[in-house]
Amino acid sequence: MSFLKKSPWIIHYDGTSCNGCDIEVLACLTPLYDVERFGVVNTGNPKHADILLITGSVNEQNKDVVWQIFNQMANPKVVVAVGICATSGGIFAECYNVMGGVDKIIPVDVYVPGCAARPESIIDGVVKALDILEEKRVALARRRRKARKARPVSLTNLF
Amino acid sequence: MSKRSIVPFGPQHPVLPEPIHLDLVLEDEKVVEAIPSIGFVHRGLEKLVEKKEFTEYVYVAERICGICSFMHGMGYCQAVENIMDIKVPDRAEYLRTLWAELSRIHSHLMWLGLLADAFGFESLFMHCWRLREQILDIFETTTGGRVIFSVCKIGGVRKDIDKDTLKGIVTILDKMQKELKELTDVFIEDYSVQHRLVGVGVLTKQEAHDVGAVGPMMRASGIAQDMRMLGYAAYKYLDFEPVVENDGDCYARTLVRIREIYQSMNLIRQCVEKMPEGEIEEKFKGMPQGERYERLEQPRGEVIYYVKANGTKFLDRVRVRTPTFTNVPALLKVLQGCELADVPMMVLTIDPCISCTER
Repeated sequence: MSFLKKSPWIIHYDGTSCNGCDIEVLACLTPLYDVERFGVVNTGNPKHADILLITGSVNEQNKDVVWQIFNQMANPKVVVAVGICATSGGIFAECYNVMGGVDKIIPVDVYVPGCAARPESIIDGVVKALDILEEKRVALARRRRKARKARPVSLTNLF
Repeated sequence: MSKRSIVPFGPQHPVLPEPIHLDLVLEDEKVVEAIPSIGFVHRGLEKLVEKKEFTEYVYVAERICGICSFMHGMGYCQAVENIMDIKVPDRAEYLRTLWAELSRIHSHLMWLGLLADAFGFESLFMHCWRLREQILDIFETTTGGRVIFSVCKIGGVRKDIDKDTLKGIVTILDKMQKELKELTDVFIEDYSVQHRLVGVGVLTKQEAHDVGAVGPMMRASGIAQDMRMLGYAAYKYLDFEPVVENDGDCYARTLVRIREIYQSMNLIRQCVEKMPEGEIEEKFKGMPQGERYERLEQPRGEVIYYVKANGTKFLDRVRVRTPTFTNVPALLKVLQGCELADVPMMVLTIDPCISCTER
């Protein structure tokens, strides 16, 4: 990828993470790594976001929250599971309240391993997510065009 | 009387990186009551002792919280060592203290940044986190990890730090102290910062005592309680006084944490000066039998480790009472009667660590 076509906005949700990956996600946004120079902005609003970063696995209490945030995001959207807990449950996989990776609840596109995931690999994950976002955008546009052709809507048809 | 309404705060909120949910009962703009609901980060890792051996459980203990990760591992190790009567070598104790104090600096700097972000001073947030990266670099060179570094083990530590690196750490801290001075002056003297912090969320000395606040929250209300004075690890050889402020508001809590950063730097210098030569770990045999309470001072306050062992390689019970858990009643106390706009400020000044609280 030689240049960015889009400034991706990310939303970050902390599942049952131990904070290790959370502070690394925040560290990406601060001066040493500074992804904001690429136009990556952290937003608190799911409706503005393109990429959902989830750290930590899901449990009975937060699965609805994860599901809701995912559903409130506009299409096309990409989910990045940051850290080994979000990928498979990691060291906590055997705990009674851990259901496993985030992919048990929502479809995950990019997995970033590591405990805690390093900022470099998180940025790498976001860059991979951008390619997938572009693919999804193209596919969505094609689907919409097809649907419009198949069912031509005009005012005369409506009445 | 005006109409009451409920404003939900969290679990996904821009101010907090972590999920906690508060139902704020409002009358106009005043908070009458705050009802917390928790469990978003509950993993149930205390029960993992039944599945992991006691030597392996150190890794789980370190992952209770990624911010004070080292001190969690240290607390667990100390408890098991005390049950098994293992004498940790002096050098290992000094090294533990060094890493613990570095963790405190990193945690407090991170907190200062988040506080600045909460009152909308973004450049200050960025500067705090820029300084914090220097501490993380020290962690990376000495242990290999940035936030979680599994360097503590039962009987000592895994890695040694050579003389030149120790000197280098002090040089980095000396340089950092000058930059830090500029930064903390903004927190202490800036008019707009004071406007958001002074007189907000006052917790009196009596109230702090009654609700059982711990750590900087308690010390900001004028109670000098610091678990490091108990003299675990190498603190018995070091010279320091607990940092105390008397006002009990958000400003005082900020001051306590700022002064603690300088105190930690001082402690690290003492550590480097007094560090003896020798072994870094003690070999041990056998299984633990018995029980033990261990109290430690974390960046957020006192943590209690309770370990019960039955003579096999699996422990009976590990219980962790973390500082944020104890500070939640204090938070609910200060939230009553405050303005809605001040809520993020209050929530942040207890320095919440939800993954510690719910484990």
